[in-house]
Amino acid sequence: MIDFHFNGEPHSLAGLPADISVLELLRLRLGATGTKEGCASGDCGACTVAIGEPDGHGGLRYHNANACILPAHQLKGRHLVTVEGLARGDALHPAQAAMVDCHASQCGFCTPGIVMSLFTLYEASSHESGGQTATLAPYSQARLEAALGGNLCRCTGYRPIRDAAQAMLAYPADQHRPTWTDNQQLSDQVAASHQEDPADDGHYHRPNHLAELFALRRDHPSARLVAGATDLWLERTQQLKELPELIDLCNLAELQVLEEHDQGLHIGAAVTYARLEPVFETHFPAFARLLHRFASSQIRHRATLGGNVANASPIGDGPPVLLALDASLLLESPEGAREMPAQDFFLDYRQTALGAQEVLREIRLPWLTEGRQLKVWKLSKRREDDISAVLGAFSWQLEDGRLRDVRLAFGGMAAIPARARGAETALEGQPPSEAAFAAAKQALDDDFQPLSDVRGSSAYRRLAAANLLERLRLKIVTDTSQGANTPNTPAMEVMLDAYAD
Amino acid sequence: MRTLTKLSAASAAPDRAGEEYAGDTKGVDAKRLDKKAAQRHESAIKHVTGQAAYIDDLPAPANALHIAIGLSPLAHGRLERLDLDPVRAMPGVVDVISFHDVPGHTDIGPVFHGDPIFVENEISYAGQCLFAVAADSHDAARRAAKAAIIEIDEQPASLDPVAATEKNDLVRPTHVQQSGDWQQSLSNARHVVSGEQFIGGQEHFYLEGQACLVTPSEDEGVVVHTSNQHPSETQKLVAEVLGIPFHAVTVEVRRMGGGFGGKETQASPWACIAALIARRTQRPARLRLSRGDDMRLTGKRHPFHSRYRLGVDDDGVIQGGDMTLIGDCGYSPDLSEAIVDRAMFHADNAYSLGAARVTGHRARTHTASNTAFRGFGGPQGMMLIEQAMDDIAHRLGEDPLTIRKRNLYRHGRETTHYGQEVEQLDLLHSLIGQLESSSDYWARRAEISAYNARSPIIRRGLALTPVKFGISFTAKHLNQAGALLHVYTDGSVMINHGGTEMGQGLHTKVCQVVARELGLELSCVSISATRTDKVPNTSPTAASSGADLNGQAARDAALKLRERLFAFALETLWPQAGLKLGDLQLKGGMLMAGSGEGKYRIAWGELVQAAYIGRVSLSAQGFYSTPLIHYDREAAKGRPFYYFAYGAAVSEVAVDTLSGEYQVTRVDILHDVGDSLNPAIDIGQIEGGFIQGMGWLTSEELKWNDAGRLLSDGPATYKIPAFGDLPATFNVELLEGHPNSQASIYRSKAVGEPPFMLAISVWSALRNALASLAPDGQCPRLDTPATPERVLMAIAAMQDHGDKGPAGHPREDDAHVQA
Repeated sequence: MIDFHFNGEPHSLAGLPADISVLELLRLRLGATGTKEGCASGDCGACTVAIGEPDGHGGLRYHNANACILPAHQLKGRHLVTVEGLARGDALHPAQAAMVDCHASQCGFCTPGIVMSLFTLYEASSHESGGQTATLAPYSQARLEAALGGNLCRCTGYRPIRDAAQAMLAYPADQHRPTWTDNQQLSDQVAASHQEDPADDGHYHRPNHLAELFALRRDHPSARLVAGATDLWLERTQQLKELPELIDLCNLAELQVLEEHDQGLHIGAAVTYARLEPVFETHFPAFARLLHRFASSQIRHRATLGGNVANASPIGDGPPVLLALDASLLLESPEGAREMPAQDFFLDYRQTALGAQEVLREIRLPWLTEGRQLKVWKLSKRREDDISAVLGAFSWQLEDGRLRDVRLAFGGMAAIPARARGAETALEGQPPSEAAFAAAKQALDDDFQPLSDVRGSSAYRRLAAANLLERLRLKIVTDTSQGANTPNTPAMEVMLDAYAD
Repeated sequence: MRTLTKLSAASAAPDRAGEEYAGDTKGVDAKRLDKKAAQRHESAIKHVTGQAAYIDDLPAPANALHIAIGLSPLAHGRLERLDLDPVRAMPGVVDVISFHDVPGHTDIGPVFHGDPIFVENEISYAGQCLFAVAADSHDAARRAAKAAIIEIDEQPASLDPVAATEKNDLVRPTHVQQSGDWQQSLSNARHVVSGEQFIGGQEHFYLEGQACLVTPSEDEGVVVHTSNQHPSETQKLVAEVLGIPFHAVTVEVRRMGGGFGGKETQASPWACIAALIARRTQRPARLRLSRGDDMRLTGKRHPFHSRYRLGVDDDGVIQGGDMTLIGDCGYSPDLSEAIVDRAMFHADNAYSLGAARVTGHRARTHTASNTAFRGFGGPQGMMLIEQAMDDIAHRLGEDPLTIRKRNLYRHGRETTHYGQEVEQLDLLHSLIGQLESSSDYWARRAEISAYNARSPIIRRGLALTPVKFGISFTAKHLNQAGALLHVYTDGSVMINHGGTEMGQGLHTKVCQVVARELGLELSCVSISATRTDKVPNTSPTAASSGADLNGQAARDAALKLRERLFAFALETLWPQAGLKLGDLQLKGGMLMAGSGEGKYRIAWGELVQAAYIGRVSLSAQGFYSTPLIHYDREAAKGRPFYYFAYGAAVSEVAVDTLSGEYQVTRVDILHDVGDSLNPAIDIGQIEGGFIQGMGWLTSEELKWNDAGRLLSDGPATYKIPAFGDLPATFNVELLEGHPNSQASIYRSKAVGEPPFMLAISVWSALRNALASLAPDGQCPRLDTPATPERVLMAIAAMQDHGDKGPAGHPREDDAHVQA
């Protein structure tokens, strides 16, 4: 049984297969065809819906999500909002009215998804401004990109959509938001159903604690584990696999911890990237900035750091950063827990050190000590919502003009995310000189034998990775010489604004 | 009695509350649009509320079948065995069909033969359609399609169009256009500049994939709902495949979730297959391609390999030369004859080529058959001459804009290499001058040069490129359109025409035309859908011609109806008034004549009622055919285009020379739409076309493996522009004060395709930034899409070969392949 709310109304569905998506639920079972399928892979945003969850203060907080790869069972205790649910009679929601007035739809197929991303942006702004959206300053480009980067439009070129996003704040809200937006009863009902014991639902299991998880895995050895589903569900939609038995990790208390300890940050494996973002802004700003280019808002609100690590893709963006930070992983099985360095976790292409009974419980990031630097640079065809051709995550400190504890980790250069050991050695203990970096670049050539694939050729990957080391040298040089510039000599630009760290 | 007087009153009230405070909003009026003409898209409210129905949203009876396609896993070979029994045995499967199950035609080539509906023996590309399976759910059909046993005697795939051309392996014969003695112009020239380029293809990536729903009807017929730019052709092909008369097939298109040329010929096969299933099973049949299947099965924009060799004088003015264009057509002709022709017609862009020869080859390769895509070969043709402009400028040490301006068509040099005289020369020169000034081109050029001199890593580039795009189908017979206008007795008006709505706002514009001629509010005029049983024998909605052709046909229908009403008024309503035809006008929902005491007025609704009672036909047909155009393909001379649409863009980029990443920081566009039919829609076309063109030239990379299998088969690997690719500064203006010199609909100009090519300025700006790293006199080769990888490798090539001249910039003595 899934109890959830749909556009303000309570719904209760029983007997759903474990692997039905929200998009299939909407279009095939609820007859709500406003939400479109554009790619069924979470890349285009045409199926964007809003998911409302209790915000802990008696209200609901909405995020956008791709319905095509969102398990319908994860609606339990949530408020699902679709494009059909926004207008109050003939009165359009500000997000819709602004889209109309700015001529921001052409063919209209991506429009429902764009409206839903604008809706979540609007609701966040409404919350921030106490309902006085008209008093807010215009959105920054970064905020708009974060909100809309996961919604492709092939017709408009986005300019009118950008205008609509800015314009919607000025529309009076009172009569033009759906009646449920400030409905305390709805919030209370959602909160109540959210807290209900998340009992199993047929072949969709929701353990609350690791012990339950281990028991479920013992009883259902073929069951797959699911958290954000943003990768797993592609097996369903792209490879047409059936996922008849699923164990949802999102309710495991142990996997939702996000704790600041003396030694570092402990991140439960099922913590979403969206939850991590503000924490990273404070403690690992370079990691936070990477997230601006990591998938899309829709994905970041579902995808977990644990999933990014455990699926061990050679082009996952999180793992190289963990390697650069000397992160460790806490693995747990019925026999007990063990902590291992992240660098020992990745064995070969999509092979990890995870035992058959083990789960990834926590990722532990040591704090950056005084003077320790972290840079994370991603190279891809498109700046937003693209997968890396090469990603470099670099950490070091400068002591008496010499590089110490150098970590140079790369994604996209080998079958696993990996450190460039030769290049690290070439730099260790050296000053950040051209000669030292030339040696490092030379060594890098031996560290990796990258593949040619759809994202880049081997030659490009080699050259680009070496050039990231050159960028690193220039960054160190320009950062340390800051203040030496006279006001009339602007500092040398090393990176483009949109990519700057 | 209901009359439109009442209807008007109701429709004058805001039909959505948003309107009442639209004036308070920021950004909405930024474009200072003519509010009367800048009507919103007819479906705008339905778009934002999810009420606009696309094919897969249409309700179908519960017994409807779902169809999936079985694709060839290999690019070339002989199909030795296709065992479909395992497919039939899969859960939920109802029917499975392949080549020998087709009762009628099996070749569904749109113009020329060569496109089998299913493979019989020879497999011509990876992804080609082998069979279809119908099941009781979409998933069941897709899963079943994977169960076939396929054995292929694999043969090597031909994937290199240049090699294919050298072997004369062509889908259509080579065509040559020539003006004057091009060889002498080269031998006499002060400077000979040459170059070559590879221009990548482009996936349409319409957000709504190919889709149709076919329902069997009485008398062995079918009703086809399809996402389709060419309903009449689909009607023909479905009828031929079923072996039934055309009148037994009705095709309906309400709207598409994007087309861009990708649903001109590529929508028909699915309708044919669904029709076969529907007839065989007597059940409604749905077919929608998954994104990956869509990308593997359907053709794309043609990649081109092109070369030029031009003689120029000391001022850089072209005296003549030779240009060779090789279009990679894929495995069959499809529309490639006309597409490569259009590339050839645009090898001059806005510049006089002098005594030139332009050769177009249509190479066959083992890939999906490449097809129409916004610009239809024109963009690829223009890319070559725009490369030449930059190359000439760097050779002579001049600014590229100076060279471009010197080469523009001008009085005394106004005849194209195919013999058409270019009109509105003053418009072209004035447009570029205005943009040069409004974009502050020269001050920015100076500032960028100074910046580049002090910035070793980040380099900036700036470029202004013009567009001159020929408007008309080059297949003359397609330049016709029909319309059907009904006025009902409540005064409401229904207009149907042959054009299809794919987001471009065609229906909005056509309704505006009818409303204007009948003096009605726009809300009184409606379009139901494009249907082959309302308006027959239509042309595709393509070649930017939708509003030009169908707007005129709709106007013709409205004028006929108006004439009848006027005659009725003179003869029956006001016979004693002594009015003449010229005294009457329809305005503001009234028929009116005279003034003061001799004033006659009747509300539209009452007029319609009276006319009906008076037995006047309230239905009219309209028709239009474009005048003046002709092209003699034997002589390669003529006037293929009714007129040209013009525009120009200035783009500025910043390039990170360490990573190859770049940003488009500012774009200024001035574009000619004549007297705009709807400035809001036209600006939408310009902006959207520009960004789509930018994607073509920058991030959208199609990749195949060595065996010819498409690797970039979804949005995870094929990257169209996203929100953040919108330039931070994007100034788009319509050129004012230049109505079309030809009598187009209200002197407007077509706008669908021309702005696409404004994006060439982005590519030229990237080359400009890279040229700042090159030795003097050189401009590095930059093939497209200019991904960060291509940019970085172009920089690396310059650094590796700095002393030998940049790679890809052949010296004058390089061998030139003669056609």
